[in-house]
Amino acid sequence: MHPIAEKYLRKRALPFIFCSGCGHGTVLNAFLRVVDELGIIDDLSLVGGIGCSSWAPVFVNTDVLHTLHGRAIAAATGLKLADPKRHVVVFTGDGDCVGIGGNHFLHGARRNIDLTVIMLDNGIYGMTGGQMAPTTPTDARTQTSPYGNLEPPLDACAVAISAGATYVGRWTTAHPKGLAGGIKEAIRHKGFSFIDVVSQCPTQAGRYIYGTANPAELLRMIKERSIAKRKADGMSPEQLEGRIVVGKLHEETRRPELSERLYGIMKRG
Amino acid sequence: MKQEVVIVQGNEACVRGAIRAGCRFFAGYPITPASEVAELMSHELAKNQGVFIQMEDEIASISAVIGAAWGGMKACTATSGPGFSLMQEGIGYAAETETPCVIIDVMRGGPSTGQPTQSSQQDVMQAKYGSHGDYEVIALCPSSVQESYELTVKAFNLAEHYRVPVILLTDEIVGHTREKLRIPAAIEVVDRRRPSAAPETYTPYAPLPDGLLDGMPSFGQGYNLLVDGQLHDQWGIRAGHDPVLSGKLMERLCRKITDHADRLVDVEPLFIDDADVVVIAYGSVARSATAAVKQARTEGCRAGMVKLKILWPFPDDALRKAIRNARKIIVPEMNIGKICREVQRLNDRRQTIVSLPKLGGTMHTPQEILDGIRSA
Repeated sequence: MHPIAEKYLRKRALPFIFCSGCGHGTVLNAFLRVVDELGIIDDLSLVGGIGCSSWAPVFVNTDVLHTLHGRAIAAATGLKLADPKRHVVVFTGDGDCVGIGGNHFLHGARRNIDLTVIMLDNGIYGMTGGQMAPTTPTDARTQTSPYGNLEPPLDACAVAISAGATYVGRWTTAHPKGLAGGIKEAIRHKGFSFIDVVSQCPTQAGRYIYGTANPAELLRMIKERSIAKRKADGMSPEQLEGRIVVGKLHEETRRPELSERLYGIMKRG
Repeated sequence: MKQEVVIVQGNEACVRGAIRAGCRFFAGYPITPASEVAELMSHELAKNQGVFIQMEDEIASISAVIGAAWGGMKACTATSGPGFSLMQEGIGYAAETETPCVIIDVMRGGPSTGQPTQSSQQDVMQAKYGSHGDYEVIALCPSSVQESYELTVKAFNLAEHYRVPVILLTDEIVGHTREKLRIPAAIEVVDRRRPSAAPETYTPYAPLPDGLLDGMPSFGQGYNLLVDGQLHDQWGIRAGHDPVLSGKLMERLCRKITDHADRLVDVEPLFIDDADVVVIAYGSVARSATAAVKQARTEGCRAGMVKLKILWPFPDDALRKAIRNARKIIVPEMNIGKICREVQRLNDRRQTIVSLPKLGGTMHTPQEILDGIRSA
């Protein structure tokens, strides 16, 4: 076992539930490297919702709250406010975060509560068998869009920025180093930080949407579609159609953070 | 603390009781007729080093309460009918993960938006069966401002002891009635207890012989807890695929409450020893029932009553005993006749059991219950 895995995995919970070739392991890998680098494992609480993505924290040997579908950010809000000294990191999926949990996502961002939300975004409901998600591309065929998806996908980063998140980034599993750097910045950021991680799902999205279950091929497609934020800044929306803009998309350091304000009132109380 | 006497409404008594019991976290969403609980919590918690947060809905509220409970705080929320419906998934999660928390449901008329400003007792079954799957909770039911205070304290104590969501089923009438509250000088408070085992040897979901868990650690105390809504083994690891482990856990989640029903029983009998007619009532209706039974006694009628302060687990044995020698039992309720069916379940002597439902938002008058007693 890799020393990082040896040090941080909850061995009793193994084996992983992820399919072979799933991108979620790459995200967990990047996350644990950051945890190791920052030396924060003893100050960490992890929260997951429901779905493949939300199983990621279960495999980490720290305090983990594996909550209901969509409710990870709401539960994390209670956890953070009860003990603001802790780093609370939420692992969620695209369906969990901006589908069933959309309301909690909006209000977590609006409150600027110091949570780090990592959204593992495979563009499909994987665990339930490959149904369309709020992030599934238009016209994509899935188990519940046999004639093609009639709806447009939601840009979770744009939603996070407009709702008030103070750190927003997007990375992919094809950029493990950039991803780790983004996660590190997000954890160190005081306030609501959000990272959208485009991740391959060979079993469902791969087979049904992209025509291949080969993870290397899917990673190559993700990499080809990706474009750095600084390059994208000079391009028109038409030129960016179908592209994945990666990097730090938004940062705001002046807005006050919720738990600090709340505990400030308590001190005066 | 000195005994203090104040005049407050039932909702305020709940807030005072909660803070006295050690509640330091409240998450809620405004709803009539429970909003005063959130309003007063927003004032009082900050003064008591506690956290108040208004969430975006009731689902978020119960979720935040669960998060705060694992963060180490005694936590509660308050709501009414529609909000109580939304909280059910969280209540099931709390039952499954054995998370102590208190849910105050100030009952109003339903279904749906129903009667926001009127009273009811229509949520009694939802309190027990509202979430999917097999589980048990504890539900207490005050009929006065004094009982609102006392049963709120008790709700927090029971939540800690049994590691279960405890529901305080109050109603619009009790919640908005202003009357005297004697705040006792001394009360019993059950504090959260850390497990007796050290983190290295602690098995978070290994029950003691009585089916209960050994204390409750918080996040950040070094236990590396895994709290999961899926049926799990003694370590908290998913075991939904395992019929034996899953079945055992479901059974324990139920029996850790039902096996202790005798210890939990909380009923107040009145004139029961020689009673020919017994009224069984709870919540605000118990107030009219008390008046009716007293009036019946002055008329020479051998009437008695039992006031239920706990609804779940249902006080089977205490009620069986109370109705044993009665000829007739009357169950007035502000619903279609729900608890009456629980009483019928106990009726092994074929006594006459009469449901006296009242729908529409107002409580029974003493006269209505008296008429029921007289026609017995």
